[in-house]
Amino acid sequence: MSALGELGSLRGKKPAGQKKDNLAGYLFLAPWLLGLFLITIGPMVASLYLSFTDYNLIQAPQWIGLENFTRMLADERLHNSLKVTFTYVFVSVPLQLAIALLLAVVLDRGVRGMAFYRSVFYLPSLLGSSVAIAILWRQVFGTEGLLNQVLALAGIEGKGWISDPSTALGTLVVLNVWTFGSPMVIFLAGLRQIPTMYYEAASVDGAGVLARFFRITLPLLTPIIFFNLVLQIIHAFQSFTQAFVVSGGSGGPSDSTMFFTLYLYDRGFGNFDMGYASAMAWFLLVIIGVFTAANFFASKYWVFYDD
Amino acid sequence: MTTETLPRTVTARRGAAVSWARIRPLVIHVLLAGSALVMLYPVIWMVVSSLRPGNEIFRDPGILVKDLRIENYRAGWNALTEPFTRYLLNSAVVVLGSILGNLVSCSMAAYAFARLEFIGKKFWFAIMLLSIMLPIHVVIVPQYILFSHAGWINTVLPLIVPKLLATDAFFVFLMVQFIRGIPRELDEAARIDGCGKASIFLRIILPLMVPALATTTIFTFIWTWNDFFSQLIYLTDPHMYTVPVALRSFVDATSESSWGSMFAMSVVSLVPVFLAFLVGQRFLIKGIATTGIK
Repeated sequence: MSALGELGSLRGKKPAGQKKDNLAGYLFLAPWLLGLFLITIGPMVASLYLSFTDYNLIQAPQWIGLENFTRMLADERLHNSLKVTFTYVFVSVPLQLAIALLLAVVLDRGVRGMAFYRSVFYLPSLLGSSVAIAILWRQVFGTEGLLNQVLALAGIEGKGWISDPSTALGTLVVLNVWTFGSPMVIFLAGLRQIPTMYYEAASVDGAGVLARFFRITLPLLTPIIFFNLVLQIIHAFQSFTQAFVVSGGSGGPSDSTMFFTLYLYDRGFGNFDMGYASAMAWFLLVIIGVFTAANFFASKYWVFYDD
Repeated sequence: MTTETLPRTVTARRGAAVSWARIRPLVIHVLLAGSALVMLYPVIWMVVSSLRPGNEIFRDPGILVKDLRIENYRAGWNALTEPFTRYLLNSAVVVLGSILGNLVSCSMAAYAFARLEFIGKKFWFAIMLLSIMLPIHVVIVPQYILFSHAGWINTVLPLIVPKLLATDAFFVFLMVQFIRGIPRELDEAARIDGCGKASIFLRIILPLMVPALATTTIFTFIWTWNDFFSQLIYLTDPHMYTVPVALRSFVDATSESSWGSMFAMSVVSLVPVFLAFLVGQRFLIKGIATTGIK
């Protein structure tokens, strides 16, 4: 099914009796292998090395050992960026998935015009990462923005949602939740695979709508929920464009939208502190790795495989 | 009395049940249409606002255009150092190069993974899957250094060359999944007819995997068109700006009073995405449903 499922099932079973075609295999794989070593693994090794150096692009990298990492321990702005990023991930991902699941279940009940609604709800997923939408968001949540105009119609006085540090991150959460369409489509595909006979049997036994949802749909959908969860967490940790544009590149107001990636960009490409940026990148990889591993570990307790 | 009221309540209940069953789809439609409208409202409003005189944008949350003006487009088009045409062309070059790169290199790798048996295949396949989840930040600094040593900053090469080397591994995976669905008997028949690996790939597999290639094309189109991070890093010369980078510099260069032209250019930048969406909906939906790519 998915890349995640595939990774888990890689062990064992060898296709028997097929002749080896090593040369052809590696020839077809050549561009990818070249890319893997030149564009991915090589730079990874280099970035690991750079994370132990002081490097500003002009002078040669200077080995400073663990100094970048100890500097990270004391860096208040970095701690703040972690807090911002974690808040963003922990609030927006569950909200986004809950809405995605709700709408997938509603749409799956054979609503007329399902294809139309699916497209409309999916469209923001494609637009969401664009600079244009980030610009729109700046206006919508600005002091004289669309939201406040609508609130004014209802007699409510709004405020500058983006210029207020207590709500600025919230606007980005809304933006991420708004792109629930792609997990929704994955949920819809998952719902299709639940055999209808389960529901028929449950109906015969007198199970109501809620019972059917909690006893059949939800358990059978846990692998898909897990898949979406892992994917969206990885994705949300790397958010950049929206925060960058909405905050005018500064992560403001008062660092309230300073995502980890934004701070990394600021260190690396704003201040050419490449060693520190590399150390941060590795830290990000470790965070994402730990979260993914923790997800996989926890999945044993709540993901249900029907086979 | 009791004998009279009893049937009445029964019919009344039945009546209520029937009407709920009848209005239930209606209620659902109203809720769905309502949420769809809320979701798309800001985008529709942006399109409308781009056609309004600037001072009206701040006053009118409605989406009715009384007098349609295209000044914002004219002003926005020429507001930066280069006319917007230039940025559209730059983006087009990056997008077309990326599509070509992804189609060629990812399909080759996918064929190897799906159909050929070679030493270390499982190992490489696992690496490929893992690379899908690798954050770009881990490689971006050394990549930047590498490309700047090659003198590629402010060219489209750092944006296209990696695609020629199949670094967008989602598409490799997507194509592997697709090829697995093509009956092996076809390969066998071609092999018996004297086809080698290359001609099986070119004559049998490629023509049959057109839907997967279309999915790849459309996703590459939209992602590359929207991509901001790498274009921001590699393209610092205004002549080389792509659409997202130009739009972003708009935000810096102009005061908030020119929302009209900013929106106009935002709309221009979204049109290709929207068209790609209309044309490729079916492929996009299939693509995410099977692989979970965004």
